[in-house]
Amino acid sequence: MLRLPGDLRQAMIDHAVRDLHNEACGLVAGPLDGDVVEAVHPCGNDDASPIVYTLNSLDFLRADRAARAEGREIVGVYHSHTHTEAYPSPTDVGKAPDPGWHYILVSLKDDPPVVRSYRIVEGEITEEEVVVGDA
Amino acid sequence: MPVEVRLPTVLRQHAGGQSSVKANGSTIGEVFDDIVRQFPLLSGQVVTTEGKLHKFVNVYRNDEDVRFIGALGAPVVDNDVISILPAVAGG
Repeated sequence: MLRLPGDLRQAMIDHAVRDLHNEACGLVAGPLDGDVVEAVHPCGNDDASPIVYTLNSLDFLRADRAARAEGREIVGVYHSHTHTEAYPSPTDVGKAPDPGWHYILVSLKDDPPVVRSYRIVEGEITEEEVVVGDA
Repeated sequence: MPVEVRLPTVLRQHAGGQSSVKANGSTIGEVFDDIVRQFPLLSGQVVTTEGKLHKFVNVYRNDEDVRFIGALGAPVVDNDVISILPAVAGG
């Protein structure tokens, strides 16, 4: 289960819509092992592509600093799929960097956009329930 | 020279759960040798057996991507902050 405040869910959707023609990506922060998103850090997509993304590493550095300064950790990543379902692609699975992270997908395929979250551990995808709302 | 090395969550299990560690060295490579001396489980996690930075990590010296300033040969001075970040990508 991942608890996601409504305004942060909307921030991810807004970012995805703003970058409509490319995949949007960013990091989410919260307490380690807390299963709650407390902050969203939009990042650049170095690939500027509608089908792949590489999260800008300097943006990651800044997000990590901001999170540490606020007593949080980077606990996951979100990115958009512009024309496909909110489900991890083989590329997402192959490149998933951290088995402890939440992998959040924002799909713009349908209106309204769909937000779903997954765990990816040793290549295995497990969807987790997203509970929208504050603690 | 003492510097701070910030670890991503995925590597902390190899460093006693710490989010950052102190290390010594005059270059990035020496600093990484020192953290492996302190935490042998970090061996191979950041630097390949061929002695190069893994492509699935990004390393910053303060605000600079070390790949552009000499990679493992990049010099460090007291109080530099070295950040190890996983490369994040997908499709």
